[in-house]
Amino acid sequence: MAKPILTIKNLTKKYGENVIFHDISLTVNEGDTIVIIGPSGTGKSTLLRCINLLTCADDGQIWLDDLEITAKGCDDDRVRQHIGMVFQNFLLFNHLNALDNVMLGLTKVKHMKPDEARVKALRELERVGLADRAEHYPGQLSGGQQQRVAIARALAMDPRIMLFDEPTSALDPELIGEVLEVMRKLALEGMTMLVVTHEMGFAREVADRIVFLEKGSIVEEGPPDELFYRPKHDRTREFLWKITELYGKKDENK
Amino acid sequence: MDVAKFLQYIASGTAYTVGVTLIALPSGLILGTLLALLNVYSGKTSKALTNLYSTVMRGIPPIVLLFILYFIVSGSINLSPFLAGSISLGIVSSAYQMEIVRGAILSVSGGQMMAARAVGMSKRQAIRNVILPQTLRLAIPPWSNEAAIVIKDSSLVYALGVPEILRRAQLISASTQQPFLAYAAAAVIYFILVFITSRLLDGLEKQLRIPANP
Repeated sequence: MAKPILTIKNLTKKYGENVIFHDISLTVNEGDTIVIIGPSGTGKSTLLRCINLLTCADDGQIWLDDLEITAKGCDDDRVRQHIGMVFQNFLLFNHLNALDNVMLGLTKVKHMKPDEARVKALRELERVGLADRAEHYPGQLSGGQQQRVAIARALAMDPRIMLFDEPTSALDPELIGEVLEVMRKLALEGMTMLVVTHEMGFAREVADRIVFLEKGSIVEEGPPDELFYRPKHDRTREFLWKITELYGKKDENK
Repeated sequence: MDVAKFLQYIASGTAYTVGVTLIALPSGLILGTLLALLNVYSGKTSKALTNLYSTVMRGIPPIVLLFILYFIVSGSINLSPFLAGSISLGIVSSAYQMEIVRGAILSVSGGQMMAARAVGMSKRQAIRNVILPQTLRLAIPPWSNEAAIVIKDSSLVYALGVPEILRRAQLISASTQQPFLAYAAAAVIYFILVFITSRLLDGLEKQLRIPANP
C-alpha cells in the first residue's frame, strides 16, 4: 500500500468571522502529484501556507509522515526544512545570486560546509537547467528563470514534499512552459507534489488526483479523467468548462 | 595673530568633530536598527514602546535632549564631556535612524521573510541573512542624509565645553575680534566634512548595489 507522506484531517482556518476553508481532509501518498484547482478566494493558497506552518490553522491536524506537525511544541523551523515551497511571485532573495539563493538554506539551516553546499546547489541548478546562470542575480533573470531557481532552492533542502502555490500565474505566457517542464520532470522522478494551479493541461497530464476546492470545501476529488470527463458535481463541470474555454486552445495543440 | 595660526587653531577642533561623529553615528545606527527590528518583528508592546520613544525623541530639539541626556549619562557614569556628549548625540540620532531602518525593512516586504522561513530559517536567521543585508543597502541614501545631520549636530557638544570646531571658532572670534573669519572658517570645515561623507556614502551605495538588468 502507498505510504502517506502528508495527512490532513478536518483542517479549518478562519480570519475572525471569515471562514477561509472548513473541514478539509486530504492524504498525499509518496510519489503522488495532487493538483488543487478552484476559483480564486477559496483558500487554496492559505491551505498550502497552513501545511507549511506559515499560517496557523484554527482547527484540525496535519501529519508529515508520522509526525503531527500541528501538535503543540512541534519545531516549526524543523518541519519547514522538510517541506519545499514555491511561491507565485518567486520570492528569491534579491541580494543573492542564483547559486547563493540555493546555497543559503544549505549553509545556514543544514549547516553544510560551503564547498559541499556549492556542489549540491550547482547540481540543483543543473536539475532545473540553469547551471549557466549561477552567477546571475534575480534582477538579471527572466520570471521563468527566477521561478526555476526558486524550485532549485526548495529542492536543495531534500524535502519530503513540494508545495507549489500557483507557480506560473505571475509569468508571461511564453515563460510558463519552461517552469511546467521542470515540474513535469520532478513528478516523473517521483517527487511528492501538491500543486495549486490553473494550468489544466498540466493537471490533466501530470496529476494523479485532482482536488476541486470551492468556497473553502473540497467539492470533488478524483483522477483527472474522471473529473474532466465524468464530474459528479455540476459546479465542477461549470468551473472546468470555464477554465478550459479560457485555456482550451493551448491544450488542443498539444 | 597671523591668519595661518588663526585657521590652524580652529581646524585643530576637527579631530573632536570627527570623533564625536564617529561615535554618535554608529552607536545611533546600532541602537536605531535594534529599535526598528523590535518595532517591526516583536509584539504589540515593543511596537508601542518604540513608537513612543521615536515620537518623543524626535519631538524635542536635539540641544535640549543633549543637555538632559548629558546630565543623565555623566551623572550615572564618570565620563568626559567628549564621550558623554558623543553618546548622547548617538541616542538622539537613534530615533531618526530607527525610522530610516524601519522604512527600509517595510519596503523589503514580508515576502522575503516568508521565503526565508519556508526554507527552514528561524526568524533570527532570516533577519540576519535575508532582511538586514537588503534593508541596510536600501537605507544608505536616507542614512547619508542623517550622517550629514549628525556631523552638523556635533557642533552642539560645544555647549558642553568640548573644544570642537565651533567652540574654537567662538573662542578665537572673541579674542581676536574677527567673528566673520572665525565662523566662515568653521562653516567651510563643516561643509568639507559633510561633502566628503556624502560622496563616500554615494560610492558605497554604488558599490553595494544589487546587479539588475535595466
